[in-house]
Amino acid sequence: MQIEADTRSIPALPKHRGGAWRDVAGILLIAVAGAAGYFLFPDSLALLTRVTALAMLALSLDLVVGYCGVATLGQAALFGAGAYAAGIACVSGVTEPLSLLLIGAVAGAAAGLVMGGIMLRAHGLAQLVLSIAIVQLFHEAANKASSYTGGSDGLAGLTVGPLFGIFAFDLWGRTAYLLGVVILVAVFAALKFVVASPFGMMCRGIKEDPIRIRSMGAFVSPVLLKMFVISGAVAGTGGALAAISTQVVGLDSVSFELSANALVMLVLGGIGTLYGAIVGTIIFMAFEHVVSAINPFHWMTMVGALLIAVVIAAPRGLGGLVARLWTPSRHGERP
Amino acid sequence: MSDVFKVEALSKAFGGLTVSRNISLAMKAGARVALIGPNGAGKTTFVNLVIGQLRADTGRILIGEQDVTRLGVVPRVRQGLVRTFQVTRLFSDMTPEEHLILTVLQREGRASRILGGFRSDSTVTGEVEGLLAALGLLEVARRKVGEIAYGQQRLLEIAIALALKPKVLLLDEPAAGVPQSETPRIERALERLPPSLAVLMIEHDMDLVFRFAKHVVVLAAGEIIFEGLPSEVAANAKVREAYLGSYADARKHA
Amino acid sequence: MQTAFSIAIDALAYGMALFIICIGLSLTMGLMRVVNLAHGAFAMIAGYIASYAVRDLGTNYGVAILLAMAGTIAVSIPLERFLYRRIYGAPQLTQVLMTIGITFCVIGITNYFFGPTLKTIPLPGFLSQPVDLGFRSVAAHRLFVMACGAVVALGLWFLIEKTAFGIRLRATVDNAPISEALGIRTQVVYAIAFAVAMGLAAFGGVVGAEFLPIEPYYALRYMVTFLVVVSVGGAGSIPGALIACLVLGAVDTTARYLMPEFGNFFFYAAVIAIVWVFPRGLLGRAH
Repeated sequence: MQIEADTRSIPALPKHRGGAWRDVAGILLIAVAGAAGYFLFPDSLALLTRVTALAMLALSLDLVVGYCGVATLGQAALFGAGAYAAGIACVSGVTEPLSLLLIGAVAGAAAGLVMGGIMLRAHGLAQLVLSIAIVQLFHEAANKASSYTGGSDGLAGLTVGPLFGIFAFDLWGRTAYLLGVVILVAVFAALKFVVASPFGMMCRGIKEDPIRIRSMGAFVSPVLLKMFVISGAVAGTGGALAAISTQVVGLDSVSFELSANALVMLVLGGIGTLYGAIVGTIIFMAFEHVVSAINPFHWMTMVGALLIAVVIAAPRGLGGLVARLWTPSRHGERP
Repeated sequence: MSDVFKVEALSKAFGGLTVSRNISLAMKAGARVALIGPNGAGKTTFVNLVIGQLRADTGRILIGEQDVTRLGVVPRVRQGLVRTFQVTRLFSDMTPEEHLILTVLQREGRASRILGGFRSDSTVTGEVEGLLAALGLLEVARRKVGEIAYGQQRLLEIAIALALKPKVLLLDEPAAGVPQSETPRIERALERLPPSLAVLMIEHDMDLVFRFAKHVVVLAAGEIIFEGLPSEVAANAKVREAYLGSYADARKHA
Repeated sequence: MQTAFSIAIDALAYGMALFIICIGLSLTMGLMRVVNLAHGAFAMIAGYIASYAVRDLGTNYGVAILLAMAGTIAVSIPLERFLYRRIYGAPQLTQVLMTIGITFCVIGITNYFFGPTLKTIPLPGFLSQPVDLGFRSVAAHRLFVMACGAVVALGLWFLIEKTAFGIRLRATVDNAPISEALGIRTQVVYAIAFAVAMGLAAFGGVVGAEFLPIEPYYALRYMVTFLVVVSVGGAGSIPGALIACLVLGAVDTTARYLMPEFGNFFFYAAVIAIVWVFPRGLLGRAH
């Protein structure tokens, strides 16, 4: 026994059979769903485009909340930064859509740097409060700087040039929607890569136990700040997409309410899985579209009830609930 | 041979309560030192002072020639001072293999990279497999840590510490909480620590201390009251009074 | 000088109104460790009850306050029993989600019953008159709110520091399992503390309605304000909450008088500055 491990040759661990095919399948599924939306709801493409933009907001929130464990109620600050940056660039003469998305991403990343820099100073409740204060500050700043942002009237009159100089942004929103789906799929694929990287694993480690990570000789804050910047770029891209597709940027794009809604979407879908962010956004927006048309206050009651139900019955989100129902026998298989 | 780790006249007080008083300790490469003492002797405070979780009021801490007294936890780890935890602190959703890959990448300064895959580097995976094999963790390398036995988790704690290639290893009660049947595995792992490594073990289990340590330091009420060979500890009157005395008393009453 | 004086009076009264509403939240967050974002919803419910009592039932102001407090506590008891009890000790995110959910429900339901319009709570004659202080006259209502704030602060201090219940509460907060072993029924202690917090929210909602008008989005609009004030003061600290309310009330009122076009900008700038310097809040305890 004593020398067992010394004498036997090291049985090398088998090669990892890549879980990559699952990611590819997932990404394909999103693309197919996006295409299906195009053909099934040709009259609601504006709404569907908004879903893709908000899905990016929910994804960006998932990076911070789900993968780093930093609770925030101010994520719309990053979304709004991207939306306003793209909007302002557009009225100042940059009309090429991909450039506008890039501008949105950069602005969002910069906002993420600021937000992370401030929030990471505090912990727990103070951190949550800082996130709220920051989004409110952004909101008031956007309201005050009305010569740039249009203030409470919103920034209107965005005329975006055709995509690649060919596909104009038509009245039915076909171009905008397809652009939205392609960008969303690309962002999703990139984020899958990010969360599977050593960096992504580091973030999950920090979420579980920052003390352990420090005792491994790694500083925690720079890692989290990096994730904030990535999250900001994703949220900013979503904001820019919303600005391009609706051709208007309103104050609501940088509000506490939108931040809270994004959190609700994420929780509905399931925190800590990128799929959950997208699923949650679709569920949320679908319900909002149907119920809110009847009575906006019924909508609030329903979202409230849904949230309470999720917290009590399905803490891992509806996505987690489905996954659990899907594979009920797994626990039985274990010896 | 010069000291790889040295503590000079370390003191710490909380308010009026002195919890560490003038502690000095030096270790050469390959040292096997056990730090013992009754409950409340200030062992935990000492650990926290050494790793940089707490700042000492006076005194110095050196790793090799480097004065680390004013540095925090992370820079000290990077200087080669690594600790294990009394209660395992592991990521329950990750596998032992992932823990070690992350640790090795972190040591090489590559752990916060996004590009450059996780398992693609064969020197990293090779090193990780070597560590897993050395600690007998190959069978559970791909199981989630939450599912493996506590003794194996303790071994993984040690493996993570070794993956950082430390100069000084601080083992905080390596056998705490491990069922009797699994302690031999821990002991075997301790016997096979790299010979050049300086090890400071804080431990309650006297049997383990006597088998492992070549040198014993006894702490009581924040002060070092004895330093010497394991064989001399039991004979020392002060130690008997402070530690073994109460231990013996406790056994009598039990 | 005239402006400075009226700003000061308004700031003080507004700060006190905030204090009455927020101190209950400070207690639930500091002592019971529950981030209750629905706190404002209970103040709002109280406002609706008081408005209904005065305008539709014709009761006097004092009775309306009592009715509002009783009604709000009555609503809160089943919520505490069935919802809040599940999130004691849960992660912060869970508490945030649950209480945002409760807030949304309260807003939706309130609107269903009372409609989307703003509800006033008519003040009795003696409170709507100016009071002559000799050198200046001040709205009586402002003085009334200040007095209420002072009474609440002193009353709570007495309750927590000097009564048997206060001892049980502090023991429970310090170490619930040991308190239970000592025969303290911690569930009951929590329920009572929660009811007290709700009663204070109700009281503040009614007397503060001049500053924070009662409408369906009240719960959401001021949710952030309340949360921010409490964490700036340091959850669980009565003097901390008082200082935070007075400081932030002063910043907010002054900014609104002098630079109304900036909205809440200075309020939130002050919040970030304070939290930056005091990450645990002004008088927060280290946990």
